[in-house]
Amino acid sequence: MGVVSRFVPLLVLALGINGCTKKAEISASATDSKEIRIGQFGSMTGGEATFGQSTDKGIRLAIDTKNSAGGINGKKIVLITEDNQGKPEEAAAVVKKLITQDKVVAILGEVASTRSLAAAPIAQQFKIPMISPSSTNPKVTQVGDYIFRVCFIDPFQGSVMAKFSRDNLKLKKVAILKDMKSDYSLGLAEFFTKKFKDMGGEIVSEQSFQAGDQDFKAQLTQIRASSPEAIFIPAYYTEVGLIARQARQLGLKAILLGGDGWDSPKLFEIGQPAIEGAYFSNHYTTESNNPATQDFIKRYREKFGEVPDGLAAAGYDAAQILIRALEKIPHAVPEAIRAELASTKDFDGATGKITINADRNADKDAFIVKVQGNVLKFVTLLGP
Amino acid sequence: MEELVQHIINGLNLGAIYALVALGYTMVYGVLQLINFAHSEVYMVGAFSAYYGAHFLRLQANPGWMAFATVIGLSVLVCLALGFLIERLAYRPLRGAPKTNVLITAIGVSLFLQFSGQVVFGADPKLFPQVLEDYPLMRIGEIQIQFFDVTILGTALLTMALLQYFIQYTKTGMAIRAVSFSSRSAVLMGINVNRIIMVTFFLGSSLAGVAAVLVGLKYPKIEPLMGTLIGLKAFVAAVLGGIGSLPGAVLGGLVMGLSEEMVVAYLSSTYRDALAFGLLIFILLFRPSGIVGKIKVEKV
Amino acid sequence: MIKLARGWFIVLVVALSISLFAGFFLNAYLQQILFFVAINVMLAVSLNLVMGFCGQFSLGHAGFLAVGAYASGLMSLRVPLFPDSLSYLNFPIYALIGGLASAAVGLLVGIPSLRLRGDYLAIVTLGFGEIIRVLLLNMEIVGGARGMYGIPGTTDAISCFHAFFWSGTTVLLIWRLVHSSYGRAFLSVREDEIAAECMGINATKTKVLAFVVSSFFAGAAGSLFAHTTNSLNPASFQFVKSVDAVIMVVLGGMGSITGSVIGAVIVTILPEALRTLQGLPAVRDQLGTVDLRMVIYSLTLIMLMIWKPDGLMGSMEWTKFRRRRAARG
Repeated sequence: MGVVSRFVPLLVLALGINGCTKKAEISASATDSKEIRIGQFGSMTGGEATFGQSTDKGIRLAIDTKNSAGGINGKKIVLITEDNQGKPEEAAAVVKKLITQDKVVAILGEVASTRSLAAAPIAQQFKIPMISPSSTNPKVTQVGDYIFRVCFIDPFQGSVMAKFSRDNLKLKKVAILKDMKSDYSLGLAEFFTKKFKDMGGEIVSEQSFQAGDQDFKAQLTQIRASSPEAIFIPAYYTEVGLIARQARQLGLKAILLGGDGWDSPKLFEIGQPAIEGAYFSNHYTTESNNPATQDFIKRYREKFGEVPDGLAAAGYDAAQILIRALEKIPHAVPEAIRAELASTKDFDGATGKITINADRNADKDAFIVKVQGNVLKFVTLLGP
Repeated sequence: MEELVQHIINGLNLGAIYALVALGYTMVYGVLQLINFAHSEVYMVGAFSAYYGAHFLRLQANPGWMAFATVIGLSVLVCLALGFLIERLAYRPLRGAPKTNVLITAIGVSLFLQFSGQVVFGADPKLFPQVLEDYPLMRIGEIQIQFFDVTILGTALLTMALLQYFIQYTKTGMAIRAVSFSSRSAVLMGINVNRIIMVTFFLGSSLAGVAAVLVGLKYPKIEPLMGTLIGLKAFVAAVLGGIGSLPGAVLGGLVMGLSEEMVVAYLSSTYRDALAFGLLIFILLFRPSGIVGKIKVEKV
Repeated sequence: MIKLARGWFIVLVVALSISLFAGFFLNAYLQQILFFVAINVMLAVSLNLVMGFCGQFSLGHAGFLAVGAYASGLMSLRVPLFPDSLSYLNFPIYALIGGLASAAVGLLVGIPSLRLRGDYLAIVTLGFGEIIRVLLLNMEIVGGARGMYGIPGTTDAISCFHAFFWSGTTVLLIWRLVHSSYGRAFLSVREDEIAAECMGINATKTKVLAFVVSSFFAGAAGSLFAHTTNSLNPASFQFVKSVDAVIMVVLGGMGSITGSVIGAVIVTILPEALRTLQGLPAVRDQLGTVDLRMVIYSLTLIMLMIWKPDGLMGSMEWTKFRRRRAARG
């Protein structure tokens, strides 16, 4: 036992290094062959798993459809997916692996701004284009000229919700409950507050929590004391359900408002019946007359047997504009991909017409939806 | 003023949950001098077994007291089995080993259950079966007291009373006290120490099972990592009240819940977890035996 | 007992050869893994000083890592000392600062805590580790909950040399410490604190010394961590990270520096090797996107404790091992 246990660690070490370097050799020889390698990173497991899983389905739908139609100029698209378990440092690690080990030419991801922010500097450093389907914090694309997104950004989303609250719902007093751990939540809260106040509204209370908390009674009790007409909760679906329940349990009758982080089937599961009648801004709606949207929904239902949520639609669009860019260039070289992506104009996406502007963001409409039963009903559309 | 009263009520409710879980920790520590890190994971497994059981038996369709009893029974049974397995497979082989090793094993079991839970159950949150409806029991102005809150507090107090009676006035209880004093002497008195330890684990695990259902009903979002923080705080509560003491566990739990609520309400939610540890350090430095505990002198 | 000059020479040679190898043969992803090996070696060896040699159970090592990382990161963002052309000279200084900051915190934490024993010490150190994390979570100056981004630092050959130089230094200095009269004091406190006091050893001072030295190197490791990953988030320094460090020490053998090094290497490489394994199409079809790494980790820990609580090396070192083999003939 003595001698063996000395060698085992060395053996493991040798195997490990061997395994890793072998993989590197394989990938090096494959870059110029009959395939185009694209990387995807997302939260397939972890608290926000539906984000990563939905986006993944949308992306796969786009890629599989293209591959069965013959691929890009005869070359197959190979999608390499890595799970970051919802952790930013994992996001950075897997993106590094995708770029340097798997030698992908472009990266799709992420949904959560915090994880996009962790990964973007790496993509920028290695000059590999990265397209985020639905990260809305403005800082993401500010990292560098290789970082793109196909969705609107939070300054727009925040002011859209503020406008909706003032103009459509005629609200004067709103309380805010934000997530201290999320760039998205903090940014969105800030932009909403600014616009709402500019339009003459009043923020009567501002409380915070942390992602992972179960009990919000303390914060909600303080909010209750300020008698708000509505509560703006710019957070992810994971906490919103519980918050809604506890708010109702405390007798709070305020209208609940949110952002695109609410979009998940789990929202109904955990939040109903408390969340009934709440409004939030989203990237798309299933009731849109846009033929591209309906086409996407039809294909998605055929492939996966369920109605797609906003994240799947965004993932689909991100993959689509990448595919379009790849088609237009002779060789799948990252710089060329980047240039093509930057010139995307009026692309018919499932989430609307996508034009990548000078800041590498998309100027899109926001769809305000209302929670009714287990579906999201379209209320109104607000443009930039 | 109204908010303060509501905060006190909220705090007591939170505290009652900590109390229920803390009872399990304190019992095992009293007998084995072991911090059973895995207790919080047993609690989590109880919640999930209730979830899967309820779905399998389609209890959603007919909520009510029968469904509630079934769900609790399921949870307690699974927790008992799990507690038995853990004791047998992980802790018993280490009886007599240095404390460090046992502690590390406990951490290992806890992590193993957490991450296996993520693999088996999936890491995304699920909705606990709503077999009982919550409703406001009393309303004084703006202040709300919910039915569940009363239930949880009542259960915690009732359990504590029952356990106290059991420990103080029954033969098995006496045996448990004997083992916690000195297991070697207990053996000499003819007590089957292994059996007693098993009984202790059974009691602790069933408490976890009950707590899981009650908390699941109140905070319906369940996920594999739900036990960790509650477990840690409940352990702190047990130490706060005096580890090894049942009333101490409940007292510690209530104090913990109240202070946490006040910190979140009047300071900032981000300090919520730090408070637990701050309290722990404070108590260990100034009164390690806890609020109710007796000061022990170490003899050489 | 290894002579200091000879020790430094070995450290330099090892660091140089590893960094040359890394620079020529490894891609950025593998280079980063190598960096984590260096960081984890420092973490494990420093924790072993406290746990293995001094017998004090510390579950808050991640806290010291965090302090060093944040101190270093903050400094590098606010106070760059050398101009760009000489920027590499910054990093040893940042590492020193990270180490000193951590040592200061170690002193602060150690003095009150080290009066406690066994389980209680474990829980208190866990508590302090978490408090440090929560404090960092709340400090806007270090980015709070969103973390710090854009910290300078590369994973190229020069940085690799720097990292392994620190790593080697940690091993060297702690080795010398342990084989000195201080080391004897540590061991005596581990074996029987009251007896040690009777022999005139101030147990509390000895324990605090071990703690402070240990946190210094953990802090320096934290600095390396910050400049390797270029971004920091309090979520990376949770209790699980402390458990990682404990696993490394226990796996290698508490009381064996060689063991800690081996433990660190295994614990760093294993998850990456498993990641590659899970990426294989055959495995993926079976398991989907499931992550078994932590499950395997924790299972390993339990089995280690039940069957081989001494770890891989027990309390033996490489030198003793060689002597033994020679003796057996």
